[in-house]
Amino acid sequence: MKKLGTMTISILSGLTLSLLSACGTQDLASYDILERSQETASLTWGVKADTPLFGSMNIETRQIEGFEIDLAAAITREILGDDAKVEFIEVSSKTRIPLLKNGNIDAIIATMTITEARREVVDFSEVYFEAGQSLLVHKDSGIASIEDLDKSSVVIGAKGSNSVANIRELIPGITVLELENFSEAFVALRARQGVAVTTDNSVLYGLSAQDPDYIVTDETFTVEPYGIAVNKNQERFLNEVNKALQTIKENGTYDSLHEKWLGSVINRND
Amino acid sequence: MFQILNDYSSELLEGFQITLISSVIALIFSLIIGVLLAILQISGKKLFITLANIYVEFFRNIPLLIIAMFFYVVVPVFWVPLSGFAAGTIGLTLYTAAFIADTVRAGILAVPKGQMEAARSTGLTFIEAMRYVVLPQAFKIVIPPLGNQFISLIKNSSVLALVAGFDLMYQGDIIASETFNVFDTYILIALIYLLLTMPLSYLMRYLEKHWSIN
Repeated sequence: MKKLGTMTISILSGLTLSLLSACGTQDLASYDILERSQETASLTWGVKADTPLFGSMNIETRQIEGFEIDLAAAITREILGDDAKVEFIEVSSKTRIPLLKNGNIDAIIATMTITEARREVVDFSEVYFEAGQSLLVHKDSGIASIEDLDKSSVVIGAKGSNSVANIRELIPGITVLELENFSEAFVALRARQGVAVTTDNSVLYGLSAQDPDYIVTDETFTVEPYGIAVNKNQERFLNEVNKALQTIKENGTYDSLHEKWLGSVINRND
Repeated sequence: MFQILNDYSSELLEGFQITLISSVIALIFSLIIGVLLAILQISGKKLFITLANIYVEFFRNIPLLIIAMFFYVVVPVFWVPLSGFAAGTIGLTLYTAAFIADTVRAGILAVPKGQMEAARSTGLTFIEAMRYVVLPQAFKIVIPPLGNQFISLIKNSSVLALVAGFDLMYQGDIIASETFNVFDTYILIALIYLLLTMPLSYLMRYLEKHWSIN
């Protein structure tokens, strides 16, 4: 008897859920994010909370902080005025597109590379950061670009990352040590198990921020342009985002944010 | 699964060799260190007993991964450069030695006290009595538990995967991440581990039977 009760409840709740989600999709198709955001004077952004310098959780303040966070706030203020409310929802590479499609977030600014495959499901703004694969090396190593590496070099990466495949393609026969993640790769670099850690410079900047003896080489050997993603059929909102991005690039806000978060790690090379 | 075996045969072969070499090195040295520690533990000299006990308690009670990581990321900074293979194998040796010491000590204690006393009364020194009378009997007793230690050692050699030691498990991780075929890859890796551990298992069982006849 009890079992039957549980079953009825689960069937009923399943039905309710599917009905609700049906309403949701209907709403999303017709609804204009720009209009709604102007009414509520707020925008919700999907951001990373695990990428130091770009978007990471500050344990003390319990706030997500970083370059992308400040950029999102600046863009929101540009579109909706200085009193607008900016909300952040933590996303991962796996969850960001579903959350955008479901309407949980209005836009994604989360170290997201603009690719053709993704263009089929979302629309991207203009590029706000030119990322690319690079090298993290000791400042006295004498390595300034990938040209300084050859077959005999030992490079460190993380298991399952594209960056490892890329460097093997560029320098056939090179030894690549693959560790569990990039934090461990950095520890291995400090233990001189290899001469460089390689992946996107956005990740490497975060690692180098932990130790002033390590620098990220200026040259990138892959192109990973980061863009802000919004849902399809939101052209008006996308235009506003692009206009706002243009404005903050022209009025110096972008440069000062770039300097605030990335200045110290990028200028270390000079 | 055959596709993986075909496409990645050189990686799997390299992994198999590394796991085998690392296990053999660790097995030989952990047996030597383990027996020496066991002898120290029952030597009757307070200093030796304390030192051996500290070693056994220390290495037996911390995770193998931490020992291997220590040799991989700490030792190279302050002392000598060590590759992932070397760091993993040293860690594996020191860790297993603690367990072997305990096993062998129990075996020695299981040999009746009279054996040692009789051997000593014929004029043999402590070392000689150990070497010719007690240890041969102790080894027969400890063969089954020692076999377990050796099988654990082979499986524990997978710690090399976490310090980039290019062993079987490391290759498995890489193949799984490249093919996205996690299930087949790890089943294949498990089968190759069986290829290493099953013969050892049978060898130990054979030795156990063979020696218990006398």
